[in-house]
Amino acid sequence: MNLEALVACLTSASCAVTQISTALIVGTLLFLVAAGLSLIFGVLGVINFAHGGFYMLGAYFAFTAYKLSGSFIVALVAGSLGAGLFGVLFERLIISRVYGRDLLMQLLVCYALTLILDDGVKLIYGAEYRMMGMPAAFAVAPVQIAGAFVPGYYLFMVAIALATGLLLWLGINRTLLGKTIRALAINPQMVGVLGVNTAALYAGVFGVGSLLAGMAGALAAPIRTLTPGIGFSFLIESFIVTVIGGMGSIAGAFIAALLIGFIRAFGAIGFPWFVEGLMFAIMALVLVIKPTGLLGREAA
Amino acid sequence: MSKTRTSRTRTTLSRRKFIATAAAGTAAAITGFPHIAGAQAKVIRIGMPTILSGRVAMLGNSNRASAQIAVKAFNEAGGVNGRTIELIDRDSQGKPDVAAKVTRDLINNDGCEIIIDGEASSGAFAVQEVIRDLPVLCIHTCSETSALSADPKLFVKTAFRCARQGIHDAVAGGTYAAKVAKEKGLKRWMTCSPDYAYGRDNTAEFLEFTKRFEPSVEVVDQVWPKLFAPDYTESITKILQVKPQAIYSALWGGDVVAFIEQATLYNLFGSSTFFSSSIGDPPVLTAIRQIPEGLLTAYRYSRQYPENTGNTAFADAFNKVAHFDPTNWGWQTYVAMGFLVEALKRTNGDTDGKKLAAEIAGMRLQTPLGIDGTITMRESDHTIIGYPVAWSHTVPKAPFLAGFEPVAWENILSHEAEWKKSKGYV
Repeated sequence: MNLEALVACLTSASCAVTQISTALIVGTLLFLVAAGLSLIFGVLGVINFAHGGFYMLGAYFAFTAYKLSGSFIVALVAGSLGAGLFGVLFERLIISRVYGRDLLMQLLVCYALTLILDDGVKLIYGAEYRMMGMPAAFAVAPVQIAGAFVPGYYLFMVAIALATGLLLWLGINRTLLGKTIRALAINPQMVGVLGVNTAALYAGVFGVGSLLAGMAGALAAPIRTLTPGIGFSFLIESFIVTVIGGMGSIAGAFIAALLIGFIRAFGAIGFPWFVEGLMFAIMALVLVIKPTGLLGREAA
Repeated sequence: MSKTRTSRTRTTLSRRKFIATAAAGTAAAITGFPHIAGAQAKVIRIGMPTILSGRVAMLGNSNRASAQIAVKAFNEAGGVNGRTIELIDRDSQGKPDVAAKVTRDLINNDGCEIIIDGEASSGAFAVQEVIRDLPVLCIHTCSETSALSADPKLFVKTAFRCARQGIHDAVAGGTYAAKVAKEKGLKRWMTCSPDYAYGRDNTAEFLEFTKRFEPSVEVVDQVWPKLFAPDYTESITKILQVKPQAIYSALWGGDVVAFIEQATLYNLFGSSTFFSSSIGDPPVLTAIRQIPEGLLTAYRYSRQYPENTGNTAFADAFNKVAHFDPTNWGWQTYVAMGFLVEALKRTNGDTDGKKLAAEIAGMRLQTPLGIDGTITMRESDHTIIGYPVAWSHTVPKAPFLAGFEPVAWENILSHEAEWKKSKGYV
């Protein structure tokens, strides 16, 4: 523990801004992945253990699109949509067949898909690590804010993630489609009786959840190494976020992801040996005090 | 109607065949058919456990490529005494228990008479214990942990290490870093290495010798990101807060690639001199999209160093097979095959472990990959000396390294002897 360094950092504008920006960078990317996981669980009741695979697909789709087009916008769209479409296919062809089955069956199906995706990526791209590289538009000097330096690409990444999160929240809470989806999560039979194509809606929700993971992968591609299986490292933290925030709650995922970001950023200064421990301790505490998570709903 | 029945019958048969084929395929996948190269009669079977899946599969593939080049050359030259070589490689997945099992299988079931061990350190120690009980020659080509050959308790008469080792690199790195620190006045140091045994040992040894050769060096802080961490932002911003004059990192492979890319965004290398144990591996250099100029790195492999046509020819031959330039593991396996082939020539194709070991112990192999055209397998502890230990700096254009500065082996060997005494190995 180095509380002296932590206090010194909090009282220094440049250090505080640097670490807050770090928290936002770590937290918002994690939020995109966790939001997709939470959305899928909230509506479909499926704990998607293959979610990391969609993050990986998004990163590799973006890598390929960037290589072919040279445009990062094209790469971002390709990564997001590619993973989303793959999610729709996975839901329709495979996961929809195990709805209502026990958790072990869902776990096995998702795990199988993860292995297939990892090996598929290995077959196509090889086992070696790859780097997309920073798009020319962002290869500039970092922006100075209150004496702290924040890379321009990270500002873009945080802005995209926040805008996406806001759109998602508005879509679910302020639109008719969102209302239907929320109804679907509570009483799918009733929604079906009212003439709504529930199968298409399930596929759509799964697709949006996968799209969010793919977008996170595409945003991470310029700054992180791509290797088969990269999604797994994200999956564990995403589960921590969804448990703390509340399974099915987008707002909860946002708060929990930022919490993890702040723990990582300021923990590196004040308690580097207990960063992981604190994350799991908070998760355990939430499970004991409020098992449904910070913003999770009690079962009806 | 009959058409339909026929069609159904066909479908059923076809499905049965399909299931049988799939079952056979699954069984093969589970048990793991070995990859066999160059099978012939009266062949000498060489087994190679190595890592062919997961994040370091690329390194295992480079072992395989190097061994294949050497086997092909040996067989095309007619072999020895009518005997050619057959290489059988197996995936250990980087797990020590699997490495041990695979090694036993290669010897007991596949009839391998020699083992070229392409395992990282944890696997190499497991393979060493398998070899202890079996009368076969084994050459470890990847483990850099000094204890494997330095600790007499681990010594096995028929086992050798043909790989660089930590203590040699620590002395060389310390010598070079101390020189640079003195020239540039670098006193405040920080480290950023992966949080596991290799990362911590490598960093501690580097710092020990750097401080010994330049006592003004002070380590003001250390960060330990997880091995295979996808993001280094919190480590980088922590370094920015501490503002060290120099940074040492034992991050390697894809991890160091991600670190460099992310640190470049913060212009970290504009304010601190960066020393790396591993940027010098060609796949790392080519994976970094915009490599900053002036990063300092230990030698892993370069087609430019040692500067001779034999080295370039090896790099070209390797690239033809693997489609990337040799890695550190790659050149080490190639040299190991050189020792083996030379020993087989001397025994006239006899693969008895003790006879081969007697030939390899103390052998001075002629190879373009040695700094003076040779690499010696030291007789006392069965490990190589005289291999390249230079440091160089990065440049923006391919081949991305320049200014190789060798470190004298006399210096390395004298400090190694002291280190062995301090550890109670001699």
